[in-house]
Amino acid sequence: MNPSENPLYANVTMAGFGGQGLMFIGKLLAYSAMKAGMNVTWIPSYGPEMRGGTANCTVVLSGREIGSPVITSPQALIIMNNPSLDAFEARLQNNGHLFLNSSLVTNETRREDIKVVRIPANDVALEVGEKRAANMVMLGAYVEQTKVVTKSLIFEGLKEFFGKKMEFLDVNKRAFEAGMRCVQDGS
Amino acid sequence: MEKTFMTGNEAIAEAAIQAGCRHFFGYPITPQSEIPEYMSKRLPKMGGVYLQAESEVAAINMLFGAAGTGARVMTSSSSPGISLMQEGISYIAAARLPCVIVNIMRGGPGLGGIQPSQSDYFQATKGGGHGDYHLIVLAPHTLQEAVYLTMNSFDLADKYRNPVMILGDGYMGQMMEPVSFPKLTPRHTPKGWALTGAKDRPANLVKTLYLDPEALEKHNLVINQTIQKIKKEEVQVETYHTDDAEIIIAAYGTVARIAKTAIEVLRNKGLKVGLIRPITVFPFPCKIFEELADRRFLVVEMSFGQMLEDVQLSLGRKASVHFYGRTGVVPSYDEIIVEVEKLVK
Amino acid sequence: MQMQLQKVFERPRTLRPVATHYCPGCGHGIVARLIAEVIDEFGIREKTVGVAPVGCSVLLYNYLDIDMYEAAHGRAPAVATGCKRVHPDLVVFTYQGDGDFASIGTAEAVHAAARGERITTIFINNAIYGMTGGQMAPTTLIGQKTTTSPYGRTAEQAGFPIRMAELLATLDGASFIARVSVHSPKNIIQAKGAIKKAFSVQMNQQGYSMVEVLSQCPTDWRMSPAEAVKWVEEKMIPYYPLKTLKAP
Repeated sequence: MNPSENPLYANVTMAGFGGQGLMFIGKLLAYSAMKAGMNVTWIPSYGPEMRGGTANCTVVLSGREIGSPVITSPQALIIMNNPSLDAFEARLQNNGHLFLNSSLVTNETRREDIKVVRIPANDVALEVGEKRAANMVMLGAYVEQTKVVTKSLIFEGLKEFFGKKMEFLDVNKRAFEAGMRCVQDGS
Repeated sequence: MEKTFMTGNEAIAEAAIQAGCRHFFGYPITPQSEIPEYMSKRLPKMGGVYLQAESEVAAINMLFGAAGTGARVMTSSSSPGISLMQEGISYIAAARLPCVIVNIMRGGPGLGGIQPSQSDYFQATKGGGHGDYHLIVLAPHTLQEAVYLTMNSFDLADKYRNPVMILGDGYMGQMMEPVSFPKLTPRHTPKGWALTGAKDRPANLVKTLYLDPEALEKHNLVINQTIQKIKKEEVQVETYHTDDAEIIIAAYGTVARIAKTAIEVLRNKGLKVGLIRPITVFPFPCKIFEELADRRFLVVEMSFGQMLEDVQLSLGRKASVHFYGRTGVVPSYDEIIVEVEKLVK
Repeated sequence: MQMQLQKVFERPRTLRPVATHYCPGCGHGIVARLIAEVIDEFGIREKTVGVAPVGCSVLLYNYLDIDMYEAAHGRAPAVATGCKRVHPDLVVFTYQGDGDFASIGTAEAVHAAARGERITTIFINNAIYGMTGGQMAPTTLIGQKTTTSPYGRTAEQAGFPIRMAELLATLDGASFIARVSVHSPKNIIQAKGAIKKAFSVQMNQQGYSMVEVLSQCPTDWRMSPAEAVKWVEEKMIPYYPLKTLKAP
């Protein structure tokens, strides 16, 4: 079966500046899906730049054994800045979902065969009280749109990742839910 | 079994600890630094030793010293660092010291790059350093398999008194995947040869120098007999959809799992494609290739054709062998699909 | 009347009853014996492990009846480190020549000392490559003729000889550093004292210890043993002064 036709299969590439928390939401998504019993892979771009450069990661989720963790044409893209849109938009599958952080992405996509979901993630994050939680807003939007995992699994995963830092846990939950609402309101 | 979500580097490090490895000597290099980092965190807390050497040259010689006492020891590095270790690896093989060396390959030659590669295949499987020896070389394709193979590698090294290499790549080292660690009872082989102080026994000697040519040959024969036994008894290989396959892809490591997806897609299109995946790249699984030599082959590697030569040797000159390789770049399953479709046309 | 024979001199238990391969007049055999005597006097034969790498040092394992490694050229301090870290209870020493310790193995030498590794190095400095037939060493003196400095070593062409004892004494991890010689009975006695001190520093967990031993190589210096002894006195000692550079 073509991996993209497998109903229990999803992949997504996320890209932005280093420090925007894309590696984090990628791991969180994969971890949550693992807790749901799915097979998962997470692969970062690894580079000499540790901070501030471009960062991307790809997550594959599947009900079956995962062959290739290498995805050249992802089903979905989460894009956090203009350079990442330039670098990745051409790779998105036909009919794929492009999640744009419209607070920072000012360029327009040239693709007409895809579904674009615009989320003003930085503004939404500020509204919930933590400007650094734009990543969680985007993840909320992605999960609401694709339904690849449940909200409760993501929240359980967050708890694992944050441990005792409760103040971060709550604001990240709120940011995630706000991202979900953006998609609900938009549809 | 409880699953842990880890990077390949961490999974290999933890598997080594579970297998009884308590001593690690290494030097940082991308993309494997998470292995020494993990070891430096865990080993001191369990009465073990982590030591950052001044160079890979020193690290492999510390391994020589530690392995010489009979302890379960490991080092890890990536391609340029493994090149620096070759002298020490040759001495370790010559002194017949069991130990485990992890190579998380990156692109070469020279400083190359930090992206994944499989271009150290020749170095890993043909000896690498000077002299007549081979490593046992295990090439996992998933992180779970990396755990199993690493756990088993210490027993293998002990059993044959021969160093074992885990041959991974940067992709495998950096990616995360859920893994579980089976309960393992290490098979500890008695090590009467180890240097622990000559108490109540004659003094032991760990050496590699045999100035008398006949003595050297005799010593090399012992190493060679071990290698022959390893060739007979330790081959591991996976076949995937080969029964009815008209075209067989040969690939190992990360490329093999990418190829599996390509095969799924191609079979959906009605093409009979299979895979032979060497798990031990030394000893190389020649026999399965011989048995299937009437099929058409496509060797795919992250190099410009190194395992290719072993496949060609196994199949003989009349076989139909094609090759697709990327070096410095990971091939995608789409590219493999295109290559297979070219062969069909 | 019965003659009473009293034993006043015997072979140390740790020294094997074999002839060495060393040339007449060479200092190596003397140092091997001193190490054996020290091991016996401390009663540590059963818990001592030696490491002898490439060079004239390498065959030490034929002469000492203890567990031993033969190591790659220059790598003995790393090998000793691996051994000692696994078995801190063992007494571990390296036995290295000048090509080994002061040239190809300087990284391992410096870092073992810097880490304060609980090992002891006996460093034989004879200002020449002996086993390979008399080539220039890192410790070859200015003006000294060797097969690869046939017109005499010049600073312009080959730089300056390295004083390893002084170099290592600058490191905090190095606890005991001394330079001795074995060109006279008096010096031999002093050398034994230094070797004994170095082993005791290791056994007392006080850090890295190293004894540099100036040694004569009549064969490759193209001298008689008597001339070689004189050359140590007149040429080597002025450049490599005998002293304890550092002690705990």
